[in-house]
Amino acid sequence: MEISGWGRFPRADCTVRRPRDEAAVRALVLSGRAIARGNGRAYGDSALNPHLTVDMTAFDRMIAFDAAAGLLTVEAGVLLGDIVAAFLPRGWFPAVTPGTKFVTVGGMIAADVHGKNHHAHGSFGAFVEWIDLMVADGRVLRCSRAENPDLFAFTLGGMGLTGVVLRAAFRLTPVESGWIRQRTIAAGSLDEAVDTFERSAGWTYSVAWIDCLAKGPALGRSLVMLGEHARRDELDDGRRAAPYTVPEKRKRRVPFDAPALALNRFSVRAFNALYYAKGRRGAGESLVDWDGYFYPLDAVLGWNRIYGRRGFAQFQCVLPLDSAKAGLRLLLEAISAAGQGSFLAVLKRMGPQQSRFSFPMEGYTLALDFPVGAASLSLLDRLDAITLAHGGRFYLAKDSRMRAATLEASDPRTAAFRRMRRETAAADRFASLQSERLGL
Amino acid sequence: MPMQKKSLLVVGGSSDIARATALAFARNGWNVTLVGRDLDVLTASAADLELRAPGSTVAAARLDILDTAAFAPFLDALPVLPDVVLSAVGLLGDQTQAERDPAHAERILRSNFEGPGLFLGLVAERFEARGAGTIVGISSVAGERGRASNYVYGAAKAGFTAFLSGLRNRLAGRGVQVLTVKPGFVRTRMTEGMKLPGALTAEPQELGEAIFRAVARGRDVIYVRPVWRLVMAIIRAIPEPIFKKTKL
Ligand SMILES: Cc1cc2nc3c(=O)[nH]c(=O)nc-3n(C[C@H](O)[C@H](O)[C@H](O)COP(=O)(O)OP(=O)(O)OC[C@H]3O[C@@H](n4cnc5c(N)ncnc54)[C@H](O)[C@@H]3O)c2cc1C
Ligand SMILES: NC(=O)c1ccc[n+]([C@@H]2O[C@H](COP(=O)([O-])OP(=O)(O)OC[C@H]3O[C@@H](n4cnc5c(N)ncnc54)[C@H](OP(=O)(O)O)[C@@H]3O)[C@@H](O)[C@H]2O)c1
Repeated sequence: MEISGWGRFPRADCTVRRPRDEAAVRALVLSGRAIARGNGRAYGDSALNPHLTVDMTAFDRMIAFDAAAGLLTVEAGVLLGDIVAAFLPRGWFPAVTPGTKFVTVGGMIAADVHGKNHHAHGSFGAFVEWIDLMVADGRVLRCSRAENPDLFAFTLGGMGLTGVVLRAAFRLTPVESGWIRQRTIAAGSLDEAVDTFERSAGWTYSVAWIDCLAKGPALGRSLVMLGEHARRDELDDGRRAAPYTVPEKRKRRVPFDAPALALNRFSVRAFNALYYAKGRRGAGESLVDWDGYFYPLDAVLGWNRIYGRRGFAQFQCVLPLDSAKAGLRLLLEAISAAGQGSFLAVLKRMGPQQSRFSFPMEGYTLALDFPVGAASLSLLDRLDAITLAHGGRFYLAKDSRMRAATLEASDPRTAAFRRMRRETAAADRFASLQSERLGL
Repeated sequence: MPMQKKSLLVVGGSSDIARATALAFARNGWNVTLVGRDLDVLTASAADLELRAPGSTVAAARLDILDTAAFAPFLDALPVLPDVVLSAVGLLGDQTQAERDPAHAERILRSNFEGPGLFLGLVAERFEARGAGTIVGISSVAGERGRASNYVYGAAKAGFTAFLSGLRNRLAGRGVQVLTVKPGFVRTRMTEGMKLPGALTAEPQELGEAIFRAVARGRDVIYVRPVWRLVMAIIRAIPEPIFKKTKL
């Protein structure tokens, strides 16, 4: 059956199996080279293997919750959105969340996802206590910082290439409400945006939308959005009476393959409106519900179809602190000169992180998407080159087209990752179109 | 004194539809018992449901729906007679094999009709004595007209549908509701790997919520996706001389 990642590029005809128990996973793993797949929210080809793609979404049971430690144990196919639905009413929220709730725990571990709080709390892996991993010979190994610590470390950010995650335990974070106190700051230039991030290190959440069409002195014009979980005493009486209840969102669906521009036109207009409003009134604070704050795109089901049948490619890199301003400037100039808009890009500050193969490192990460086409693909090559020249690296969960040589040059850890794959025989059992393209 | 929680008992508790229905009830404050053959699987699902719907108690119990002799002792051993009993038991089987192998055909007939029917019949007995209760049977649109591709399964579902309709008729006015659920396609283990038409295919969660609503409103028959009522009306209306030549 033909499947793809969220960007709908590339597509591949894959044999997909959906095992329901451990024995069925083992039979699949031992049958040849395969890749695990969660909910297909990685953008490119991370979860595609034509020979065998193992859909883990039937592993959808929650197993246990230790309220004293906030420790939740689940099967790997449990959706993040189901975790929020079950635990927010009890005062718990994921300690780290990506920008969509339609991801599985297995996918969050494999990509070692980061959120808007990376500068403060690190990536999802920091909250994972243990992972039950099915390895190349079909055994299930408990991996943690104490047991099989190398395998544990490589599995975080290992993109499914160390084995199949069956179960995991990770900590949630206590919250007093389902509301976020948000402050929005209009920054007139890239320097201003970066300075705003640096000044706002005390905020738990921070993210900026950049208007990619702005040029000259306005290059990098952005809205920086800071957030904190609202405390009970920050809510009005109405909200305080039911602090975890937020208004139900009306779901909209993109029913067909729409022409590429609709989303960006819309979002640029929204951006401008907000930008000028904030500019006039100065920084403003507002209460935003968790769903609208963390998962704005989830309200439009199937929004990936807005780019049309050819699909789209995401680009996400991270640049180290000392070269971030210079590198971001060149990236934005290349984007605005090419006129290939993605008209909005997302900028985040990342904190320090030690890891074996995870994406995050201290610095600034920039993400944006482009409809697939010859012009945008050559622009992406240029963005790769700028990133490399500034000592940056790339997020595999977003990648669908990078060259092996680019990965190798960007990340000295690649050789060690490949060696681990050989030594544990993972290379014989686990492979994706991405791992083959990148020579992992 | 705190109000006693209402309770649901589901046979075929390991099915995707059963889990989704159990969740819909548990989220609304009901206690649930999942019943089936594999206690390990049911216990894991029970733990999952308790985590997703805190405050509800979810238990697991063993019963093989082909073991008719075990039905009465099983029901008598229950700590409380539930408010709602649902059967999601079913076996699609292999039509071609069923044509050659009577043992396989018999298994399909017994799993879809005899077992669930007789079990719910004994439940009805007890509900009638109490003067209250709701019986829910998941039958299928496949029971509305026999087709070459699955008529053994279809015939069993037809029998089950008729049985439920008879129960409903018998118990009308005695405080007992009987709900027949005739889903079209549902994305579950039963239909895994089949090509299903998007607009006609329901997710298990949809069924769960629809069944909860239908129980609350005292409905008799639901198709879940309303379009199926129309589709089946058309299929039933096709004259036999034409129907026999179709491949539906
Ligand atoms: C709108 C949107 C916003 C996003 N925002 C962010 C963000 O802010 N931060 C961020 O970090 N990411 C973000 N992402 C990316 C997303 O979080 C990751 O791609 C995540 O891995 C997707 O999880 P999934 O369950 O859909 O996995 P898939 O896409 O199915 O798979 C992704 C990878 O995980 C592996 N995998 C999945 N399940 C298992 C398993 N059981 N065992 C072993 N390996 C497994 C696959 O092999 C593959 O390599 C975003 C994606 C979207 C669509
Ligand atoms: N999926 C559809 O498109 C569809 C359409 C219309 C109607 N239905 C009906 O919906 C119901 C639920 O099916 P499903 O789609 O969720 O598929 P399913 O997962 O295959 O469910 C079948 C259930 O029946 C149980 N079962 C079978 N034989 C049994 C026995 N002898 N004793 C006890 N339990 C037994 C199975 O238990 P085990 O786990 O132990 O095997 C399982 O729980 C069935 O009645 C089915 O006919 C389904």
